[in-house]
Amino acid sequence: MILAFVLVVLVVGSVIFHLLSPWWWTPIASNWDYIDHTITITFWITGVVFVAIGLFMAYCVFRFRHQEGTRAAYEPENKRLEWWLTVVTTLGVAGMLTPGLFVWNQFITVPKEADVIEVMAQQWQFSFRLPGKDGVLGTSDTGNVSSENPFGLNPNDPNGQDDVLIEAQDLHLPLNRPVKVLLRSVDTLHNFYVPQFRAKMDMVPGMVTYFWFTPTRTGTFESICAELCGTGHYTMRAVVVVDEDSAYQTWLQEQSTFKQALAKNRNSTGSKLSLALSKRQTGSADSVYGVIPPKRNSLRN
Amino acid sequence: MTDVTPETTSYLAPAEVEDVELYHPKSFVTKYIWSQDAKVIAIQYAVTAIAIGLVALVLSWMMRLQLGFPDTFSFISPEAYLQLITMHGMIMVIYLLTALFLGGFGNYLIPLMVGARDMVFPYVNMLSYWVYLLAVLVLVASFFVPGGSTGAGWTLYPPQAILAGTPGQSYGIILMLASLALFIIGFTMGGLNYVVTVLQARTRGMTLMRMPLTVWGIFVATILALLAFPALFVGAVMMMFDRLLGTSFFMPQIVEFGESLKYGGGSPILFQHLFWFFGHPEVYIVALPGFGIVSDLLSVHARKNIFGYRMMVWAIVVIGGLSFVVWAHHMYVSGMNPYFGFFFATSTLIIAVPTAIKVYNWVLTLWRGNIHLTLPMLFAIAFIITFVNGGITGLFLGNVVVDVPLSDTMFVVAHFHMVMGVAPILVIFGAIYHWYPLMSGRMLNQAMGHFHFWVTFIGAYLIYFPMHYLGFIGVPRRYYAIGETEFIPLSAATLNEFITVAALIVGLAQVVFIFNLVWSLFKGEKSVKNPWRATSLEWQTPQMPPAHGNWGKELPVVYRWAYDYSVPGAAEDFLPQNLAPDQVAIAKGHEASGVRAAAT
Repeated sequence: MILAFVLVVLVVGSVIFHLLSPWWWTPIASNWDYIDHTITITFWITGVVFVAIGLFMAYCVFRFRHQEGTRAAYEPENKRLEWWLTVVTTLGVAGMLTPGLFVWNQFITVPKEADVIEVMAQQWQFSFRLPGKDGVLGTSDTGNVSSENPFGLNPNDPNGQDDVLIEAQDLHLPLNRPVKVLLRSVDTLHNFYVPQFRAKMDMVPGMVTYFWFTPTRTGTFESICAELCGTGHYTMRAVVVVDEDSAYQTWLQEQSTFKQALAKNRNSTGSKLSLALSKRQTGSADSVYGVIPPKRNSLRN
Repeated sequence: MTDVTPETTSYLAPAEVEDVELYHPKSFVTKYIWSQDAKVIAIQYAVTAIAIGLVALVLSWMMRLQLGFPDTFSFISPEAYLQLITMHGMIMVIYLLTALFLGGFGNYLIPLMVGARDMVFPYVNMLSYWVYLLAVLVLVASFFVPGGSTGAGWTLYPPQAILAGTPGQSYGIILMLASLALFIIGFTMGGLNYVVTVLQARTRGMTLMRMPLTVWGIFVATILALLAFPALFVGAVMMMFDRLLGTSFFMPQIVEFGESLKYGGGSPILFQHLFWFFGHPEVYIVALPGFGIVSDLLSVHARKNIFGYRMMVWAIVVIGGLSFVVWAHHMYVSGMNPYFGFFFATSTLIIAVPTAIKVYNWVLTLWRGNIHLTLPMLFAIAFIITFVNGGITGLFLGNVVVDVPLSDTMFVVAHFHMVMGVAPILVIFGAIYHWYPLMSGRMLNQAMGHFHFWVTFIGAYLIYFPMHYLGFIGVPRRYYAIGETEFIPLSAATLNEFITVAALIVGLAQVVFIFNLVWSLFKGEKSVKNPWRATSLEWQTPQMPPAHGNWGKELPVVYRWAYDYSVPGAAEDFLPQNLAPDQVAIAKGHEASGVRAAAT
């Protein structure tokens, strides 16, 4: 009796919680509303199944509870019922899988006109690289990484000379332009994830991975690392700013290229990134793995 | 299935395997410590697993304290937090659930349920436990070595698992890998026993399609484990080489904190494939015994045969087979070739069909039953609703593109805790309440049991159901502290506090359960023989608890399946499997028509 009641409360309560709770998707800022639609379909199909099974069970517990003198029915199988349920379940599964695979095909097919950018990860920060005026990213290799060349670009590759390097600073993206994000890591697994864009992919040392999306509204978004990468994992953040085209161009003019950075680094103490690195190397064990507060300032301006 | 009168089933093939002479222990030590009796080994496994499981429970309290009340507990550093989650996950999945279902329930129930005197290789069975204990001790030792246990996450992904930025790099990870290798060696010795015993030592009349579903579940899960664990074994050995000998199986060229390491050419994704080739079947290694046991609990306590027995057996076999071709659904955003997504999403969603059939058949077993809401039944019903909830969120994560935003968020944490944490543990509780009288001769205390049930069932649901919604917001998993994050509302912190409080309460209820286990051993109400009036063989032994060798002079002979409950025409509402057709008491008024009993 109590159990039947609790089952009903649990099922109805879950539905009410789903409808009324304040916790739901962060408002979307990319073209991947297809993903949200697929989730909505999945919620409907699975939600109906959950409610139906829960309420049916509550009914059974109430209706067929033990009473003096009653006896259970004897029915080993019911082929027709079992086949019927199998077919309906298969249809339900197909109803979720079909849109899922359709959208997945879009997700992995990058439009030809997409701009290419690169995100490079290391413990525990993101850096960014844009292809520069020639529109082509220069080649890179983990073996080239040094304090002068923290991105590990190939210094002899002409395509890389005009690449725009954004070391440990905010990334800006133009509005409504599809962008293919190439992902690279020099030490361990990381993941570049902006919840509002819905897309994410692991960054794997030794290979280049990708995803693509189109930013659909301007704003400042926080990206986080979504693959465990060591003690500082929870501090690994970056900021992505989506701009109108004019604001984007203004920002782009202020950035320096690989060629400029290399010249500057040779004349000074090295880049910000390499400074951060050398600090970590020389620090005590505590400061190497210690608490690094999340970078907040760039969101507050 | 045809209904026939019992007389036509009375022919039994002669025994193909001779009855065996067991080793008879002569001293306390050989009887209870270096024991070769599967029942004693089962209890050794269970006690060890529950003991280490309590450690995992305490670890989970600490991790929840950190998540619910960040900046409050100075002894939980970021390193410690990663160590907590790693050890909690590994202990729960491997050292508690796998060991308890297969080493514990498998050892106790397989020989009794198939009508054997013991496992077929009792000495190897004994070794299995002692190697398992050694694995647990090595694991525990890693808490105390310099640098502490590994904090690589229970998935142990390289490169970070063996790099300096992860806690436990110096010794913790080595002991973890060694402990896993030992566990697998120990398990293999036990697992071969379970499989061969089911295949070779069934008593006369116990055909495969008359076995209780508990045995089917444990049997198929063991086959999965024997095929899946070797992948983890080689993964562990190769990572050990990478860590100790400087090989580069999983290690590409790496610059760590500005310093170039002497690795190159290896693939981190290779480890992920090996890990999940083990890791996904592992989910079913834990789930299938649970499926089997819960089927039997529902049937006994609803006084009704399990609905669609043959479909249930085939569903177990099909799920087991499919579980080997879905592993990369854990890797949709790993950077593997994205075209794999089409195949693995399809295979993953197909597995939902046989799983759903099992759920329908459990619920249809309740339909028109005679439901006794005993403690095992309460847990069994709680299992169904929890499993359905956890199973349907698997349809989100399995459907490749839906997984993209949700993977590595709290949604995943909520999903797998619901489906392979809470659900199997509810079955374990139900099973312990069900078989405790058989093992000890006493009943567990009812009042404590009800308290334990309600707090655990409702509490666990309150912990994990809202947690999914943190994942929708985008709250990542394995974060020591979320800090101020632009997209996470402050109310999420309130929800985290609530979850932590619920987790502490549910954890405390387990202390009541453990107390009940010990208290009832001495003070519990004495159980009558076969207190649940069950049909399966383990309740039909001459003594209760069953003595060494299980059966008296003669092995039992089986005449029927394990589900002859409420058979029309029979006087009793259950017919034990070893009850000969001519001994079935006929109910008044049915003398002419006889008893209709299912026979296959």
